[in-house]
Amino acid sequence: MLIPCPWCGPRPEDEFTFGEDASAVPPADPASLSDQEWTDYLYFRDNPKGDHKEFWFHRASCHHWFILERNTVTHVIAASYPPGGPVTEVEQ
Amino acid sequence: MSRRYSIWSLARNALSHHENWQKAWRSPEPQPEYDAIVIGGGGHGLATAYYLAKNHGYRRVAVLERGWIGGGNTGRNTTIVRSNYLLDGNAPFYEHSLKLWEGLSEDLNYNVMFSQRKVVNTCHTVGERETTMRRYNSMRLRGIDAEFLSREDLAKLEPSMNLSRDIRHPVLCGLSQPRGGTARHDAVAWGFARAADSLGVDIIQNCEVTGIDREGGKVVGVQTSRGAIKAGKIGIAVAGHSTQVAEMAGVRLPIETHLLQAFVSEPVKPFLNTVVSTGALHFYISQTDKGEVLLGGGLDGHNSFSQRGSLPAVEEVVTAATELFPTIGRLHFMRQWAGVMDMTMDGSPIIGKLPVDGLYMSGGWCYGGFKATPGSGWCLAYTMANDRPHAVNAELTLERFRTGHAIDEKGAGPYPKAH
Repeated sequence: MLIPCPWCGPRPEDEFTFGEDASAVPPADPASLSDQEWTDYLYFRDNPKGDHKEFWFHRASCHHWFILERNTVTHVIAASYPPGGPVTEVEQ
Repeated sequence: MSRRYSIWSLARNALSHHENWQKAWRSPEPQPEYDAIVIGGGGHGLATAYYLAKNHGYRRVAVLERGWIGGGNTGRNTTIVRSNYLLDGNAPFYEHSLKLWEGLSEDLNYNVMFSQRKVVNTCHTVGERETTMRRYNSMRLRGIDAEFLSREDLAKLEPSMNLSRDIRHPVLCGLSQPRGGTARHDAVAWGFARAADSLGVDIIQNCEVTGIDREGGKVVGVQTSRGAIKAGKIGIAVAGHSTQVAEMAGVRLPIETHLLQAFVSEPVKPFLNTVVSTGALHFYISQTDKGEVLLGGGLDGHNSFSQRGSLPAVEEVVTAATELFPTIGRLHFMRQWAGVMDMTMDGSPIIGKLPVDGLYMSGGWCYGGFKATPGSGWCLAYTMANDRPHAVNAELTLERFRTGHAIDEKGAGPYPKAH
């Protein structure tokens, strides 16, 4: 896979470390969650066979975390952007 | 009812030039209704159907397989069988499974080529030696066989292993489970299929389940590419795609799907005696009965259903392989493949009831499902027949994630790619 880092541009996969599913957003106020909600956040995942939003870390270069939108069947990357930043679509 | 295989049947069929062998299983049309349906015709699903019929007297059972039997992860694994586990929820289950392996060929009347050639783990750091000693003690306390190996022991056991002090990760010592080994993956699927079929189980291939029907919180049947089929008990054994099938019944799982690669070389004369694996280097190796050197390593590291591996994982495996066994450096590799792994959040499987009445699953096998094949089928069949788990799989529930009883063998936390 060639992964487009929002800061460094396209780089080979082995420069990066996969983080986790980016749709599991840490709750703003963990103390207010029920056990059910906390368990859902901590352990339960959609695990889609298709489009997946995920965190990656550019380990071998800029040391930034970013969000990648990638298809888990074809590995086609649709977008790459900083967390909270503007979504940048990737041209195919 | 199929005829038993024996030396007499071999002689009888030799007289007719082996042209009159009976088919090993039937290919029946699906009936409109069964007492139990197993989704997934891999080793686990076929074993479940076999034990439902044999141990629990079920006579109307169907195995529904989307493709052909044994064509998923059963055909993509590296065939290692072992029970060298540390924790309470895991060790008794895998030991139960290993005991089933030891009698499996006779039980099924089918040679699964189970070869107890030892499974050896090498240790490369002092910390790894300590955790391995802890696992050794846990195994011995449970009555599971284990041997601690010095460098001298390793040199005798595997003469081709590089035990030099001058490599990047020198070997300090090892742990062996002498009863561990390998089996022939196709034979396991075919043996369970034949034995289940002879007990009346319908094995229905090219039959994709597209929906799970429920009424009042209870399963009543499935929709398939070959029509609707009714059943009050449904077992899911589709590891790699457990999320997608459980979703058909509205059940969400603590699972992500990741890739695991393996490779085989051209066949060579026997030079590896055991299965060798190293946690520190993310690498394991054995030699098949055909002489091929079979290698595997860690996960590719990101969620994927692609069934294609990526190159960084290949490099990692080959680096470790050529360091520990330099002689294989000049071998040609014939095939490379990737299986899709149900990776759970604690690295341990789920065999049990799902929160819909009549629905059960065996999944979350991470990268260790093959060795569990008979145990998984035995436990899922018990759980389906009795609507409660057996003591052996009592801790491997889905509820453990809600009650805080995760079984984290590696202590890696809720990160599926880390187990």
